[in-house]
Amino acid sequence: MDLNWNPEDIAFREEVRAFLDEKLPKEIAAKVKRRGDLTKADMERWHAILNEKGWLAPNWPKKFGGAEWNAVQKHIFEEECARAGAPRIVPFGLAMLAPVLQKFGSKEQQDYYLPRILNGDDWWCQGYSEPGAGSDLASLKTRAVRDGDHYIVNGQKTWTTLGQHANMIFCLVRTDPDAKQQEGISFLLIDMNTPGIEVRPIILLDGVHEVNEVWFTDVKVPVENLVGEENKGWTYAKYLLTHERTGIAGVGFSQAGLESVKRIAKAEQASGKPLIQNPHFAARLAKVEIDLMAMATSNMRIISRAQAGQAPGVESSMLKVKGTIIRQEINDLARRAVGPYAMPFPSEAVEGDNDPIGPDYAGPVSSAYFNNRKLSIFGGSNEIQRGIIAKVKMGG
Amino acid sequence: MLQDTLRRYLSDKYDTKTRNTIIDSDKGFSPEIWAELAELGVIGALFTEEQGGFGGKGFDLSTVFEELGRAGVVEPFLDTAVLGGGLIAALGNDEQQALIEDLIGGGLQLALAHGEPVARYDLSRVETTAKESGGQIVLNGRKSVVVNAEAADHLIVSARESGDVADADGISLFLVPAGTSGLTLRGYPMFAGGHAAEVTLDNVTLPASARLGTAGKGLAALTDVIARANVALAAESLGAMETAVELTRDYLMTRKQFGRPIGTFQALAHRYSDLLIEMEQARSAVINGAGHLEDDPAERDLHGASMRNLIGRVGRLVAEESIQMHGGIAMTKEYELAHIAKRIVMTDHRFGDTDYHLERFIELSAA
Repeated sequence: MDLNWNPEDIAFREEVRAFLDEKLPKEIAAKVKRRGDLTKADMERWHAILNEKGWLAPNWPKKFGGAEWNAVQKHIFEEECARAGAPRIVPFGLAMLAPVLQKFGSKEQQDYYLPRILNGDDWWCQGYSEPGAGSDLASLKTRAVRDGDHYIVNGQKTWTTLGQHANMIFCLVRTDPDAKQQEGISFLLIDMNTPGIEVRPIILLDGVHEVNEVWFTDVKVPVENLVGEENKGWTYAKYLLTHERTGIAGVGFSQAGLESVKRIAKAEQASGKPLIQNPHFAARLAKVEIDLMAMATSNMRIISRAQAGQAPGVESSMLKVKGTIIRQEINDLARRAVGPYAMPFPSEAVEGDNDPIGPDYAGPVSSAYFNNRKLSIFGGSNEIQRGIIAKVKMGG
Repeated sequence: MLQDTLRRYLSDKYDTKTRNTIIDSDKGFSPEIWAELAELGVIGALFTEEQGGFGGKGFDLSTVFEELGRAGVVEPFLDTAVLGGGLIAALGNDEQQALIEDLIGGGLQLALAHGEPVARYDLSRVETTAKESGGQIVLNGRKSVVVNAEAADHLIVSARESGDVADADGISLFLVPAGTSGLTLRGYPMFAGGHAAEVTLDNVTLPASARLGTAGKGLAALTDVIARANVALAAESLGAMETAVELTRDYLMTRKQFGRPIGTFQALAHRYSDLLIEMEQARSAVINGAGHLEDDPAERDLHGASMRNLIGRVGRLVAEESIQMHGGIAMTKEYELAHIAKRIVMTDHRFGDTDYHLERFIELSAA
């Protein structure tokens, strides 16, 4: 394998870097780096900037207004965005719903929803998990019953990320309770303003509101909001899970995180010397860097295979597991690095426009450490991924 | 006896909701709970009979703090009683000693203002200065992450009277009443509950009688109370880990996915077993640390470092694995484990983390 980037890739990286230098609002990048709460307006603003450039939908085909980048370009873009402190693109409409609509949606659905996603007219959220259906998603119970031109939806979704901002939700609902679990599920698009929908916040352990419960009581959904065929929703959801997974390893986030830990460890003192010279800390740092260097190459190997038309299968699961372990280890190092200054709980109320409590890099580290425990839980927990790997490789 | 009473009291009175309300309150702790626990004898158990208490040995500390940890208690027993009270009891003159009675009764709050912005975990690195002239002492400097500073009636401030910045000699301790002119507190809540403050000392002027103990000889007493604090912290973390593991067991046995309790999946059952195996190690480490607390300092500190290193390692494992085996629910503020996991992990940021105690152990075992 050629470890060097080819000239087109290098040129592309330079183009991305120049774009980010010029267009990424400084105050947004600063907020991302200090892990401040991005407002809905911040996220919409960044989406609009990318959309103007035609880069908001890297994986969409050109005919739908996407950039249609190849896997290497997408990887470079993600890496540079993480380095620059660009907000993560909110994936629900752009990366999760859109590929399903493009493949299985009706012409009307494509014509109506896809431009609205690009233009930011709709903010989508995902209605998959339920209190009783987490790792075992196919056991979901939210019920949709056909009544003339409508479905009547009853049930509860949970872990709905950024649902508080959303005006639309795509849901997996049970339309045939008698069929085998996976065969009675449909994929519905639901307007959040429909009567009978209630969104309740879930506050996470670091005090942030990023996920929600969404409750449905006799919610009327027009039948034209069904995607594809009734009772085929599981197939569409699975398509989504295998479709766009190049970013799953989070290499860009890890590289940015590692650089940040190094900056902290150079600034922090331990026994009168920079922490980065402390042999125990240095050894921890070196180990995770060695892991990351290897994983970056694993990631590229899988990306180039995807480029050659081989859909990544079990490798996605491998990258997810290793990638999250590395990211979480980097979060742990950052927490260690700041010493006693990991203890304050910085808040807008305390800091506001004042100086940070300790060194400015210390503020977000404990939050990041705890909040990113979610990485190995969501999107199919690492245990589920390990099950997939074993099942596929042992021919189960 | 006290252990049973304390456990019962906390399991009746200190549920997740009550505790989370306390954490979000302005003070960050509950004066009512504080008074009731003092009444139960929780503070008295941390002092010896000569000091006016009825305990004060290593195992008294570990017993009390294990129970406090089990319930995720955020009230400042470590700061007021073990650190502040410990220093006054060890060094105070008669007038200063008189504070202990009030403290044991629950009527006094204290805080130790020792750590500084660049000191990290080095106990002897003190840049704050004390200058004596004409029978008065003037303090200047900055103290970081002073736990319980806002509530404290007195701060115990370390300051250098002589020597270089990291010298063991030359550090004195001073009893500084809250509200003394020149003392500025910038308070904030902490990640795992409770409050702390950044403390600035700008020409804080005290009578010479405010000094605790002998001039320049404060480090030995600091080292002693911090050895005690390490036992308390390790025991507290152990108690919190017990709760984490119990919650995890209950969850594994009741949460069903794929038609069966998730604990019946061997992949999870084995990881749960690993936690139990490590918990036995953790319990023994606390017993070693507590049992050697009254030994000579070299022996005591060797066991202390060994205890904190092991507790740090097992603590991280238990916190992370308990969250992982629960899944999303453990990430939510209203679920008990969220707070418990934060308490466990944040223990590693007081008086040295896992690596610091590893280095201490290497140093002390080579000596």
